[in-house]
Amino acid sequence: MGRRILVALVVVAGLLVPNAAVAQPATGGAAKLRVAVPQQIDSLNPFLGYSLASTDLFRLIYPTLTTYSPQDFSVTPELAESWETSPDKLTWTFHIRPGVQWTDGRPVTARDAAYTYDRMMHDPAAATANGNFVENFESVAAPDESTLVIRTKTPQATMLAIDAPIVPEHVWSQVEDVAGFANDRMPVVGSGPFELTEYEPEQYATLRANPRFWRGPAKISELQFVQFKNTDASVQALRKGEVDVAQKLTPAQFDALAGEPDVAQVQGQGRRFFEMLINPGAANSAGAPIGTGHPALRDVRVRRAIDQAIDKQALVDRVLTGYGQVGGGYLPPIFDDYHWAPQQPRRFDPAAANAQLDEAGYRRGPDGIRRTPQGEPLNLGFMLHASTSADAQVGEFVKRWLADVGIAVELEPVSDNQVNDRTTAGDFDLAISGWSANPDPDYVLRLQTCGSRPSPEGGGTPDSFLCDQVYDDLYARQLGEFDPAKRIDLVKRAQQRFYDQATASVLYYQNSLEAHRSDRYSGFTTQPAAEGVITGQQGYWGYYGAQPTPAAMNSQDTDYGTAALVLVGVVVVAGAVIVLVVRRRRATVDERE
Amino acid sequence: MADVTVEERAEHVRSGGGWPGYLARKLGGGLVSVFLVAVLGFFLFRVLPGDPVRTMTRGAPVSAEQLEQLRQRFGLDQPLWKQFVDFLGALLRGDLGTSYTYSRPVAELIAERFWPTVLLVGTATVLAVVLGLWIGTRAAWRHGSGFDKASTSIALTLWSVPTFWLGLIVLMVFGVGVGPIPGLFPVGGMSSPDTPAELIPQVLDVARHLVLPSLTMVAVIYAQYLMVMRSSLLEEMGADYLTTARAKGLREDLVRRRHAVPNALLPTVTLIFLHLGLVVGGAITVETVYSWPGLGLLTFEALRVPDLPLLQGTFIVLAGSVIVMNVVADLLYRVLDPRVRAA
Repeated sequence: MGRRILVALVVVAGLLVPNAAVAQPATGGAAKLRVAVPQQIDSLNPFLGYSLASTDLFRLIYPTLTTYSPQDFSVTPELAESWETSPDKLTWTFHIRPGVQWTDGRPVTARDAAYTYDRMMHDPAAATANGNFVENFESVAAPDESTLVIRTKTPQATMLAIDAPIVPEHVWSQVEDVAGFANDRMPVVGSGPFELTEYEPEQYATLRANPRFWRGPAKISELQFVQFKNTDASVQALRKGEVDVAQKLTPAQFDALAGEPDVAQVQGQGRRFFEMLINPGAANSAGAPIGTGHPALRDVRVRRAIDQAIDKQALVDRVLTGYGQVGGGYLPPIFDDYHWAPQQPRRFDPAAANAQLDEAGYRRGPDGIRRTPQGEPLNLGFMLHASTSADAQVGEFVKRWLADVGIAVELEPVSDNQVNDRTTAGDFDLAISGWSANPDPDYVLRLQTCGSRPSPEGGGTPDSFLCDQVYDDLYARQLGEFDPAKRIDLVKRAQQRFYDQATASVLYYQNSLEAHRSDRYSGFTTQPAAEGVITGQQGYWGYYGAQPTPAAMNSQDTDYGTAALVLVGVVVVAGAVIVLVVRRRRATVDERE
Repeated sequence: MADVTVEERAEHVRSGGGWPGYLARKLGGGLVSVFLVAVLGFFLFRVLPGDPVRTMTRGAPVSAEQLEQLRQRFGLDQPLWKQFVDFLGALLRGDLGTSYTYSRPVAELIAERFWPTVLLVGTATVLAVVLGLWIGTRAAWRHGSGFDKASTSIALTLWSVPTFWLGLIVLMVFGVGVGPIPGLFPVGGMSSPDTPAELIPQVLDVARHLVLPSLTMVAVIYAQYLMVMRSSLLEEMGADYLTTARAKGLREDLVRRRHAVPNALLPTVTLIFLHLGLVVGGAITVETVYSWPGLGLLTFEALRVPDLPLLQGTFIVLAGSVIVMNVVADLLYRVLDPRVRAA
C-alpha cells in the first residue's frame, strides 16, 4: 500500500516539474503581453472573420486607409496621408503614404487598396465581413502607386470610416476561392504594428512586433491572445499572472479584483447601448403591417408613458451596480461629438405616466389593469435574451414598474437567435435590444430608417420599426453633409426625433470593465484618452502603446532542460518501484491457487 | 470426439449463429442506428427557429442579393428533400458540410478537436475506473464499515455536485491557490504557447494542463463505477465458490482478488463502455470551464450561434460514439461472459 502511494506521489511530482525547475531569466529582455480573449477567433481571413476577437487581430495586422485617433475618435490618416473630394462629392482621391512596407519587404501601394476593395465589390465571398463599406462604390482605381480614386454612386459622408482591412495584392491575387482560404500560412503577410506568427485554433494567437512598421516598432516584442471561454477563469489567470490583460469582466468580477496587489482596474465607457424596443406597429418596406405588436403601442402617448414609468437610474444602480450611465440619446457618451442628451428628459414619474395613459383613453379596470377602448386588458409581452442575466433583472424591474401604472407584463425569455428573428419579424410588444455603436454614427442611425425595414422577401435590418419622414430626412441629410459641425447638428436632431417618437427606450450605457497587471505593464493607450478602454478599440493603440516594466522585460521562463532531467529521474524512480512491487508479487505466486 | 462436435453444433444453432452472425447482427444494428442518427440530425436542427442565412450575417446590413448568394453557396435555396439527399450523399463521402461561423469544412474542425477530447475523456475515464473499482471493491468487502460509509457518501456527494461549480472550485483551489496551497496548475487551455517544440516539454506541458480538467471529471464520474462494483461484488459475496476458495486455505486478499472480483467485474465493464460514449458529450461543461479545445467546446459554440452544419456534424459524431461503444460493449460481453455465448 505504501508503495502505491509512493508511485502516486512520484507521478504528481513529475507533473509539477516545470514549476519546481530552476527558473532562468529569458535572454534579450523581451516583453510579452498576454491578453485573455473571451471570444473565439472565427477566421484569420480578413474577408470572412467578423467576431470581435478577429477584428481586433486584423486591426493589428492589416492597414486601413484611415483610422480613429486614440484621443477622441477623430479620423486620423493611416495608410492614406491625405485626401480630397470632387465638388459633386462623388469622387474621392486618397494619397497613399510612401515607404510603407509589407512584412515580406514589398511596398504597400494604392494598387493593394484598389485590389482589396475591388475584390469586395465583385467577389461575393470577399464581401462577407465588410461588404457594407463598398455597397455604394461605383468604381475603384489606382492610376499610380500612390493615388487611389474611389467613385461612389451617391454622396457619402462615411468615406473616411472605411473600416475594412487592406490586404497585399501579391498574396491574395493567388487566392481563387476566398471562402475556402484559411490564411493560416505563418507568418501572415501584413503591414500593421504586429505580425501574426503562430496560431492554435481555440487556444492562442501569437504576434511579434513588426520592425518595419511605419510609426516605428512597438515597445513590446510579442503580443499573445489567449482564449478563455470562461471569464471567471480569465480573472483567475490574471490574478496568477498567466495573462496580463483581462476584458469583458462582470461587475462582480471587477469588484473582486479591487484589493488585488499588482492588478489595475480599468473602467471605460462602453460603445454599447442597451434599449427596450416598444413596437410602434411594425411594417415591411412595402408598408404592409407585419408581426404581432399590441395595437395600443401605436399611440405615441402610450409609448412615452411606458418610457416614463421606468426608473433608469435604479437599473444602473441595481443591474450594473453603478458601472454605467443612464440612457437617453441613441449614441453612447463615449462618442462625445455625436452623443445627445434630451433637453427635457422624461424623468421617472409614475404619476405623470398614469395621467398620460388616462388621457390616452386607457382606463383601469376593477383589477387595476388598464383596458383598451375595446375593453381588452392591456397585457404586453416583454421578450428577453434567456442567456443574459442582465435581461432577466431588467425584466423583473420593468414588470413591477409597469404594473404600478396598470400595464400587465409577461416576461418571455427566449434564445438569442429567437430575439433576432422575432424582432425582425415584428413579433413582439416590448423587447430587449442593443447595438455597439461605431465612431461614425451612420451605421446605428440607419437602423431606424424606413429603408431598414424588412423587405417582403426577407433582408433588411430593422431595430424599433420607426418609419418617420422627419427622421429619414434628417438621416439622409447627415449622410450627405460634409461639414462636421453641421453633420453633428443633424445627427443630434435625428436622435431628438427618435426620442420624441419613443419607439424604443434607451435604458443605459454599460461601462466596459477591464483589468491588467500593473507590475508588468503601464502606459496603455486608452481610447478615448478620458475614460477609455484598452481592448476592442477602433485601432491598434492599446497594445501598440503598452509600456513594459523592468519586471516584464526580465520575465522568468521555465527552464525545460532541468525539467527534462527531473522528469527522467522521476521515470527511473517510478520504474524501480514498479519492478519492486512485481517482484514481491512473484515471490508469493505459489500461494495463489 | 464426434459426440462433442455434434453437441457444439447444436448449441450454435440454439444461440442463433456463431461469432460471424453475432458480429454481423451487432454491426448491422449499429449502422442502422448511425443512419437514423444522421436523419434525425438533419431534421432536428432544421426545426430550430431562425433563418440560417440571417444567422450567418448576424444582423449586418446586407443586401437581398448578398443573402441570395449566401443561400446558393450553402444550398439553402434548394427544397428540403433535395438538401437532405445532398446531405446524405456528402455524408457517405465523409463530407459534413461547411461551418457558417468558421467558413471551414466541419469534418476538419471536428478532426482538430477530436483528439483533445479523447485525451481528456480517456484519461479521466481510466482514472475514474481505477479509482471506482478499487474503492468499490474495498467498500463491498468491508461493507457496513466506516470506510464503506465514508467512501460511498463522498462519491455520491461529488456525483451530485454541479460539474460547472465543482470545476470552478477546483480551478480556484489548485489553479490559483488558496491559503497555504500554491497555484500549481494552469487555469485554462491545453498548452502554453511558449513551450519549446521538443517532445518532452510539449508532453509535460499538455500533462500539466490536463490535470485540473481530468481531476474534475474523475471526481464527478468515479462514483458510478464505485457503486456498480460495490453492489455486484456484494452479490457475489455469499457465493459457494468463495467458501471453496477459502477452504483451500487461500488468503482473504487472494480470495477477493482472484475469485470474487473477476466475477463481479462483468456488469462494470459493460457500464464503462456504455458510458464512454456518453462521457464525450459530458465533457462539454468541463471543456467550457477550462477552455479545453475539444468537441464539447465546439458543440457549445455551435449551439450558441447556432451553426447548423457544425451542430449536425458534432451531433453525428457524439451519437456515433455512443453507438460504437454500445456495439463494443455487446461484443466484449460475449467474450467475457460464456453465458451470453450459450444463451
